[in-house]
Amino acid sequence: MKKEYLKIDDINGPLIQIDGVDDVFYGEVVDIKEKASGQMRKGKVIKIDGETVTIQVFQSTSGLSSNNAKTTFTGEAMEIPVSEEMLGRVFNGIGEPIDNGGEIYSEDTRNINGMPINPMSRQYPRNFIQTGISSIDVLTTLIRGQKLPIFSGNGLSHNELAAQIVRQAKITGEGEDFAIVFCAIGVKHDDEKFFRKTFEDAGVMDHVVMYVNYADDPVAERTTAPRAALTTAEYLAFDKGMNVLVVMSDITAYAEALREISSAREEVPSRKGYPGYMYSDLASLYERAGMLKDKKGSITFLPILTMPNDDITHPIPDLTGFITEGQVVLGRDLEQRSIYPPIDILPSLSRLMKDGIGEGYTREDHQDLANQLFAAYSRVQEVRDLSQIMGEDDLSETDKSYMKFGREFEKRFLNQEFDENRTIEESLDLGWELLSILPVTELDRLSPKLIDKYLPKTVYGTGDLRADLKKAQETMDEEVKDVKKGDKKLEKAEKDAPNIEYEVS
Amino acid sequence: MNGAHRKQDIPEAVVIPETENAAKAETSAEEKPYVSDKLETAPDGEMVPAGKTEAKDEEETLTPDEVLTKKDLKREKAEKAKRVNGVITGINGPVVTGTGMANFKMREMVMVGDKKLIGEVIILDGDIGTIQVYEETEGLRTGEPILSTGNPLSVKLGPGMLKNMFDGIQRPLAKIKEKSPIFIPEGIGLMSLDEETEWETHIKVKVGDKLTPGQIYATVPETLMVEHKLMVPPDVSGEVIEAEADGKYNIEHTVVKIKDQDGNIKELKLYQEWPIRTPRPSAMRLEPTKPLITGQRIIDTFFPIAKGGTAAIPGGFGTGKTMTQHQLAKWSDADIIIYIGCGERGNEMTEVIEDFPKLIDPRSGKSIMERTVMIANTSNMPVAAREASIYTGITMAEYFRDMGYDVAIMADSTSRWAEALREISGRLEEMPAEEGYPAYLSSRIAEFYERGGAVKSLSGEDGSISIIGAVSPAGGDFSEPVTENTKRFVNTFLGLDKNLAYARHYPAINWLSSYSGYMKTLGEWYEDNVAEDAVDLRNKMLDLLFQESKLQEMVMLIGEEALPDDQRWVIDISKLLRVGFLQQNAFDKEDTYVPMEKQYKMLKLIDHLYEKGLEGLKKGIPTSVMKNPEIENDIIKMKYTIPNKDLSGIDKIQDRIDRFFDDLNRKYSS
Repeated sequence: MKKEYLKIDDINGPLIQIDGVDDVFYGEVVDIKEKASGQMRKGKVIKIDGETVTIQVFQSTSGLSSNNAKTTFTGEAMEIPVSEEMLGRVFNGIGEPIDNGGEIYSEDTRNINGMPINPMSRQYPRNFIQTGISSIDVLTTLIRGQKLPIFSGNGLSHNELAAQIVRQAKITGEGEDFAIVFCAIGVKHDDEKFFRKTFEDAGVMDHVVMYVNYADDPVAERTTAPRAALTTAEYLAFDKGMNVLVVMSDITAYAEALREISSAREEVPSRKGYPGYMYSDLASLYERAGMLKDKKGSITFLPILTMPNDDITHPIPDLTGFITEGQVVLGRDLEQRSIYPPIDILPSLSRLMKDGIGEGYTREDHQDLANQLFAAYSRVQEVRDLSQIMGEDDLSETDKSYMKFGREFEKRFLNQEFDENRTIEESLDLGWELLSILPVTELDRLSPKLIDKYLPKTVYGTGDLRADLKKAQETMDEEVKDVKKGDKKLEKAEKDAPNIEYEVS
Repeated sequence: MNGAHRKQDIPEAVVIPETENAAKAETSAEEKPYVSDKLETAPDGEMVPAGKTEAKDEEETLTPDEVLTKKDLKREKAEKAKRVNGVITGINGPVVTGTGMANFKMREMVMVGDKKLIGEVIILDGDIGTIQVYEETEGLRTGEPILSTGNPLSVKLGPGMLKNMFDGIQRPLAKIKEKSPIFIPEGIGLMSLDEETEWETHIKVKVGDKLTPGQIYATVPETLMVEHKLMVPPDVSGEVIEAEADGKYNIEHTVVKIKDQDGNIKELKLYQEWPIRTPRPSAMRLEPTKPLITGQRIIDTFFPIAKGGTAAIPGGFGTGKTMTQHQLAKWSDADIIIYIGCGERGNEMTEVIEDFPKLIDPRSGKSIMERTVMIANTSNMPVAAREASIYTGITMAEYFRDMGYDVAIMADSTSRWAEALREISGRLEEMPAEEGYPAYLSSRIAEFYERGGAVKSLSGEDGSISIIGAVSPAGGDFSEPVTENTKRFVNTFLGLDKNLAYARHYPAINWLSSYSGYMKTLGEWYEDNVAEDAVDLRNKMLDLLFQESKLQEMVMLIGEEALPDDQRWVIDISKLLRVGFLQQNAFDKEDTYVPMEKQYKMLKLIDHLYEKGLEGLKKGIPTSVMKNPEIENDIIKMKYTIPNKDLSGIDKIQDRIDRFFDDLNRKYSS
């Protein structure tokens, strides 16, 4: 039988301390029952110091006093039951169903902390996922099994973008099963509703597992919600062979919760008060994405985080960027100019795209084209700065063409409709079409062979400036000849014509 | 803190059940609630004790007289008796405290808890010891034992390291995979080099030979590329009294026995053990005089790393640290590459495992995997092992160095190692210095980089360790403590630039902020092996790039058109330098590795164009006329179009330049 402890020695935010405890283990789950009301809370042992045990409580500690609750150590680690029946269900941050659908019964329970995947067991992700969004498909390609966060800011359309990806992304091959695990961490009720509606509209609700921790839910639950979600994802992917897309919003709320708990534990803070172990902690989430050798399923991970004050060097995006395989960065500037999706392509990056694109995956020209678009758009920024000072009229012809390219690129390539689903070929061709705005000599990242093959033929139809110039010269010569011929004709005609006097009235 | 009144609190714990015994029985029945069915494949707590002890035990039962003298047996027993176990009293993440540890040694390796997690003693305070644990501590209880092993945290150095991937404490990941196919569970115990493989061994000594420390007593052709030399450990010497014949032996086989001055008999097997935190001794330090040729233009030509030198590659995320490290690991002309993935992405290590075997070393024609050792502690693996991984790697490097090899070690990333130090320091409640890092950060970084260098080994061989450490500064800010402290102890600094990376200029090494302290000592080598004017040319071109950066500031104010012609020429040439020379495409077959000769000729060609232009300017030819798109295009594309094996194409471009300028000169002089 289990001991019950009737006294709590210290209550501080989400943490309580009990003295005189023996025989507990690190990470053990604790039940705290308020004596009068019978209200149950759950907690977890996060520090043992002799007979003093520190417990992190997942629900609010308000209402607890030092002697109004009974604490029981359950002898269990933080585990959730897993089963395929979880599809279509909604859970709270500690894995309890909140949709009135009843408990999940399963023999199979999993520790939500998971374990590190052995790099030897991993399969390097190489399969391209078409999202139908040009800027992602061409420039920051999503690969199956990748962890690619969306770095956003408050008020930017990251939810719409995530929803569009969920709707359009082809995460499965032929005859494969898929699932979406959505984890809301400290999000607004409207945001959660938005996603739920998206899933319903897309008709995929039967394939969705939701973990929801609202902004007004207890903070400590925010640290378990993503772990429960990823545990479910691991089960569906690696036990059931499904291709799983995990969407998580908002990592910033998760990090804030981490900081709150850390500060309650009186730990030494590092940057901006976040705990020194935040990197390892975030890694223990992100690194659970991936693919395995000898296993069918995959976990593709799209965490969303809002950069405080749009600052990409803030610890949360910064540490995230060091762990994830790239990032999709949204820009306020683009959003304000009503460009959707407002993806700022220059700081955006997909580290896995190099191996998942090109011949056999997308198209041979993909990598070089992407590099050229990046280089050109980067030049556009410089030219824009220049034009701020000198005015656009005083720019050189080449720079003017960059200005034009920049505008067209944003209007036609970046910008697309919320329900517009472009194929990769369409997106690539669009990229080439836009590059034809620039003089061909500026295309220094593209081989002559590719230019020949893909660059839309210029006015004179050669696709090469040198040849074009030659052709232009020839055409001009022709025209001059024609004109001369015409002149001669005219002369002759004049000569031949009967003398007619025109009467002018 | 509140230990004083702990005891009084106990009565408040109400025991509901019948008897205490029943309660205990129940807890022990569900002893390991944490090890759920997902661990089925993992061993049921079956443990392998510390390498040395076990080896001896085994042999004891087999042939006791042969293996151990009576004296040894006695000492062994006495040691065992002395080894009282400690008891866990506190757990806080990877830091565990215990009592009853008065007989434990500082930095000793211990086994913690019933699951026998591997840990290391980091503080001893009377009876109380503090341990950092290299595995996940969830599930540990107070009252569980702490087992002493008597040995410091060591690695086994012997055949079987190459082509292999280890975790931070030298456990082969392939072997872990055999025990647990997907995940790395805790409590899988200690393991190291494979003990089954029989290596073809050539014995180099005979009975009666006097052996000194570091002397080679046998060799093993470990891979197609590397001959593994077995050396007498640094603290052992004596006369050979027994030596096996050449043959195939596993690493536990004693091949040579020697008797030292005091008459003690030492057995030499195919491996030796070495504590990772102690540098291996060498005879003397040498000055690095040869460059580590990497095939990367900006490094080899502009900011070289010496063999035996140290370099740091700092850069924010997405600037290409790992990419650069991979390129160096692939193409450096070192004999041995040790790649430490320290707190980085799992997929990156997987990429190395998948890609490296396919790549061919340009010098030996063999797969580059044949000379590579990998150590992986991915970001989600236990943080304490991350701290150890750096030392495990450098100890292996020193071992190969002692054989007379040039070793290059890539640590990606040292920031994660520093953060591991910070995390553990925080849990120990030490007083933090800058940004929460412990005050000893600087000395630890110094100690690490100082283990690099060119040396004469104990046996008189020249060997070297070049250390290339990636640094991941928080927020890309180079003034943070890890970058700052690293800068003090490295000689080559390759600063990665976010803006270059955004423009997809790779490698995004900023030529303005980078430097190499080896340019002076290596100058002679360049003059002898590349070209008389190699160093002058490098300086001249670097100067052009500096001028250009100043001019670009002007351009931002007044526009390029407004600059005088000679300055516009500098800008034009610099563009060619940046795009045609500094940018290098790691994914292109020709461009991923460029031999020194081509690097020089490429640079010389750009210089040739520059000089021709200067002559032209003197004759009053405007820059706009000298700018020839065809020639520019040829120069920019020469990295792809001119094969590394046949450089005649460069001369052709030069001819073309000459013809073009001859034409111009004729036009303008008439």
